[in-house]
Amino acid sequence: MYETNYHRPRDLDEAKSLFAAAAEGRYLSGGMTLLPTMKQRLAAPSDLVDLARLVELKGIVVTADTVTIGAAVTHAEVATSAEIRAVFPALAALAGQIGDPHVRHRGTIGGSLANDDPAADYPAAVLALDATIVTTQRTLEAADFFQGLFTTALEDGEILVSVAFPIPAKAAYAKFPNPASRYAMAGVFVAILEDGSVRVGVTGAGQDGVYRDATFEVALTADFQPSALDAIVVDPANMLADLHGSAEYRANLVKVMAKRAVAAAGSS
Amino acid sequence: MMTSVSMTVNGKERRADVEGRTLLVTLLRETFGLTGTHVGCDTSQCGACVVHVDGKAVKSCTMLAAQADGSAVLTIEGLAHGSELHPVQAAFHEHHGLQCGFCTPGMIMAAVDMIERHDARLDEATIRHELEGNICRCTGYHNIVKSIQAAADHMAGQRHPGLVQAAE
Repeated sequence: MYETNYHRPRDLDEAKSLFAAAAEGRYLSGGMTLLPTMKQRLAAPSDLVDLARLVELKGIVVTADTVTIGAAVTHAEVATSAEIRAVFPALAALAGQIGDPHVRHRGTIGGSLANDDPAADYPAAVLALDATIVTTQRTLEAADFFQGLFTTALEDGEILVSVAFPIPAKAAYAKFPNPASRYAMAGVFVAILEDGSVRVGVTGAGQDGVYRDATFEVALTADFQPSALDAIVVDPANMLADLHGSAEYRANLVKVMAKRAVAAAGSS
Repeated sequence: MMTSVSMTVNGKERRADVEGRTLLVTLLRETFGLTGTHVGCDTSQCGACVVHVDGKAVKSCTMLAAQADGSAVLTIEGLAHGSELHPVQAAFHEHHGLQCGFCTPGMIMAAVDMIERHDARLDEATIRHELEGNICRCTGYHNIVKSIQAAADHMAGQRHPGLVQAAE
């Protein structure tokens, strides 16, 4: 790892001014992506501004129709939150599938979303539910937040503060993890909203990152059964291809995971 | 830029001046001389470096020393009470839960965390699933799983005296 200056601000205002004063600053949350990237010398920020302990980014608030999670809440905290498990168990289950137990103790929802890895798990749920993302500067809809591989609407110095999920009537996430990295080879989040509409978010597979599958959504709104997807062929043209799986493989995997998620949501 | 950090390591107050880039595992091994915590990979996957920070298992190769400032750190060296092994250490010894031993400190620290999170109620499938952050290249995991099951059952027997123990 190249040299870097570590800062632990007391609050968001100090974090923003430390970032602004840095030659090439990066915000650090759980560090589960940034630190390995720095160890590989693929990133070399002059300054790290640690957000992980800021109380302004902590906390889980559950109301009648919304779950709001602070950006610095860890995956383990979401996975084990009794409040979230009671009203939105699919989100707790998703968080419990990220990485491994040690990664879940450090990694945060805000870090995951700000990083926008195309194989990360949270973006599938955030996009499917069009969750609201609150930053130090504004409020963003999920559809406007994700802008491709490792690219979000966040501007230089802007900090993701919290994310608010509308609580769906039913939901489930099905993921086929890469056996080495535990990242999704394909992960599909399926939800029925309170108004009866169906949303499908797909991660790990699309070459432009997380996306909603409109064809799946139409078919499942008409008939919320795994068999409703039988006749749909997912186009490999838009799929990622790498040494772990071809585009054709991922296209098939998206459909398989979607059917599993529908089956799981239907029985929830 | 050097940063001054202080933390409790295995119950003792420790302080050091570290670079911003110094990893927690580097501080533990090279500054504090606690070489029981191992570095087995460079990609945050193998889990040989697992220690507990404020009671939670973390990969000390993927955490800066400065991030642990003010925390309580527990390493493999702090697990035993004097010459009396922790039940998980004793179970790894009894059930031969290792071959070369390189992954063992991380395995044991992960196992202690796993048993705590599940209040010592573990079955084989859960243990195997929970070990996804720890890689062993020798054993095929079989005796590691047996060791953790035995330790969990032993600890469950102490915590829940009415419980029927699966392994006995």
